[in-house]
Amino acid sequence: MTSLLTLADITPAYWQSTLIRVLLLGVIVPTGAAITAIAFLFKVMAWMQSRTGPMEAGLLKKTTVIDGERVTAHSGRGELQLVAEVGKWLQKEDLVPDGADRFAFKAAPFIVLGSTFLFFAAIPAGPGPAVAAMLPGGIFFILAVSSLSVIGVLMAGWGSNNKYALMGGLRAAGQLIAYELPMVLAVVGVVVLTGSLNLNDIVEAQANFKVGPIPIPFLILQLPLFLVFLTAAQAELTQSPFDMPVAESELVAGYQVEYSGFRFLTFFLAEFATAFGFAALISTMFLGGWYLPIGIDPSSAVWYALGPIVLLAKILLVSFLIFWIRFTYPRFREDQLQKLAWKYLIPLSLVWIVFTAVMVVVR
Amino acid sequence: MTATIPESQQLAYIAAKAADSRINLELETEGMTLNIGPQHPATHGTLRLIAKLDGEQVVSCEPSPGYMHRGYEKLTEVRTYPQVTTLVNRIDWLGSFANEVPFILAAEKLMGIEAPPRAQWIRTILFELSRLANITLFLGDLGAQMGGVTAVFYAFRDREHVLNQIESVTGGRFHPNFDRIGGLKDDLPKGWIADTKKTMDKIRDFCDEIETLLIGNEIFQTRARGIGVIPPEVALSYGLSGANLRGSGVDLDLRRDDPPPGMPYDKLDWKVWTHPDGDCFSRTWVRLQEVRESTKIIDQLLDSIPSGPIMAKVPRIIKVPEGEAYVQTENPLGAMGYYVVSKGDLVPFRVKIRSASFNNVSIVPWVTRGVYVPDVITILATLYFILGDIDR
Repeated sequence: MTSLLTLADITPAYWQSTLIRVLLLGVIVPTGAAITAIAFLFKVMAWMQSRTGPMEAGLLKKTTVIDGERVTAHSGRGELQLVAEVGKWLQKEDLVPDGADRFAFKAAPFIVLGSTFLFFAAIPAGPGPAVAAMLPGGIFFILAVSSLSVIGVLMAGWGSNNKYALMGGLRAAGQLIAYELPMVLAVVGVVVLTGSLNLNDIVEAQANFKVGPIPIPFLILQLPLFLVFLTAAQAELTQSPFDMPVAESELVAGYQVEYSGFRFLTFFLAEFATAFGFAALISTMFLGGWYLPIGIDPSSAVWYALGPIVLLAKILLVSFLIFWIRFTYPRFREDQLQKLAWKYLIPLSLVWIVFTAVMVVVR
Repeated sequence: MTATIPESQQLAYIAAKAADSRINLELETEGMTLNIGPQHPATHGTLRLIAKLDGEQVVSCEPSPGYMHRGYEKLTEVRTYPQVTTLVNRIDWLGSFANEVPFILAAEKLMGIEAPPRAQWIRTILFELSRLANITLFLGDLGAQMGGVTAVFYAFRDREHVLNQIESVTGGRFHPNFDRIGGLKDDLPKGWIADTKKTMDKIRDFCDEIETLLIGNEIFQTRARGIGVIPPEVALSYGLSGANLRGSGVDLDLRRDDPPPGMPYDKLDWKVWTHPDGDCFSRTWVRLQEVRESTKIIDQLLDSIPSGPIMAKVPRIIKVPEGEAYVQTENPLGAMGYYVVSKGDLVPFRVKIRSASFNNVSIVPWVTRGVYVPDVITILATLYFILGDIDR
């Protein structure tokens, strides 16, 4: 306890703390992507779809006792599958198609990945300074940078000199713009309740919002907006049922169709890191973030150690929800998707915002 | 010539031309020609669709088959009659035993022999099992085409039970080559009847599962209902058959209406399902019901299977007497027929194969005008073709 307190009392120089934060961010984004990929793409998907997931690559050999004799399997349990996959992609040739807009084609994956890095910067993993960038308008910043990825996707679609890629890029643009709006509106309800755009304030507001002795997360108060936000996040992630930009049965792979090697890997990394990020945002806004009502005051230094673990657990929970939907539903059509956003999600969130505002004033 | 073209088709042609000229005029936009295929995940092989698009909307879409033509009709002319079944197995490769049956029946018709009752029963059971193997995969694959990938894995999982049953009789999972002129190669193995009954229960469970997972799903329904509507008269004029025809409300099933000689469908209690809508959903639903009926048929056949020999008396060297015969059966994909011309040789003089998918796909230009690109995939998936069945 005391060591934690002293750790929090150290005030490093600005450049030192910035360096640490940037390096941490550089670790968290790939780790998050790796966790989601391994846990959900490889294992959960395999269980849900009743097929065998990866179970060969790895070092954790399974030992079973057969007739009193210990028998060790020849292969691992698939825990190193991601390493194998990444290694495979890194070996591949970096192809640029004939007639492609070379700059746009080459830069596009990094713009998408960059927006993911910025996204993570404002998500708090504990009280006070346990966030890469303390921003008073944290949530506003996140929504702004998450839409940056559209530019990368459009660049990829246009730059590939491929008709499927072009259609995929344009579909992605239309879809992401349509779903920005319900997403922003879904955030408004939480912001009205909190009175702040800072994500740490939102977490603390949820910790202090009590009915009797039990703190109530905004999930219960704002269930319709939670559902709207989850739907919009699913659309922003271009995951099924909103995966038209990459729809493999229609557009082969959409805007990713011409990418190979490490550029495709970059798109892949960005996709899963963004899924991880949106899960983090949802758990921060609606599930109480890094805080857990176990009787410890939210300003206590214990949360520096406990906060990231709690947040990770909540992220995995929300990611499971996201990927569960992804593996269950068939795909919408582009016009049906627009209809869903403009006719249902936006009016619903507007009505609920008014309701929330009235309740806040009345209270 | 114009008098023979139905009016609806003429109107369709005019509409396509009008849509063509509309591009460039309204918004000064340029149309785009998109080649869907020959290598594309949605074309089950190497079908090529030449689609003219206006944005996401299809102005015209024309299938261009022939990338996998293997010349089976010509190859049969240099094969003896028993050797032909090896070839025709590969036409509709998902329900391959069903391809052998009409050819064998045609040859039997020419020779004037009939298989013994036990062989007829087993032949019909295997015929229906190949229907199950084929259509279960359709139901799953439809999910993959519509973006719900889970269904396809369930379908592969449960099709495996059917393939195991086929394998334990014939020795081949995909290409049994089991049907013989005058009967079958072998009798059933021990315990097969009980195993098959268990498999039928599994397939019925699979139908329920796929109905909750995919066909009852709201997103699936919005994607499939009202899309790709084929009226009954158009369906008939394009020569559609099988579930595509019944999905348009035409009550025609060759198993009931034109039962081929030596297939005991008239002794069984089963129903032909039709759906009046004619859209993608109705074609899917009809196929789902077809699977359920098929499991019932197999159950009844297994209960009433007679004893006796499985091979009629046929000469060791089969020479088919001079003549012509056409036999068609209701295969998983639709009506499949063989027109066999014999000059009294060891080999057929000419074999014309009428395969269902070739006609089923011919309606694609008519039905895809004005739809969106995703609907093209849905329509293709529910018309359900096997590329080997188009190109032969």
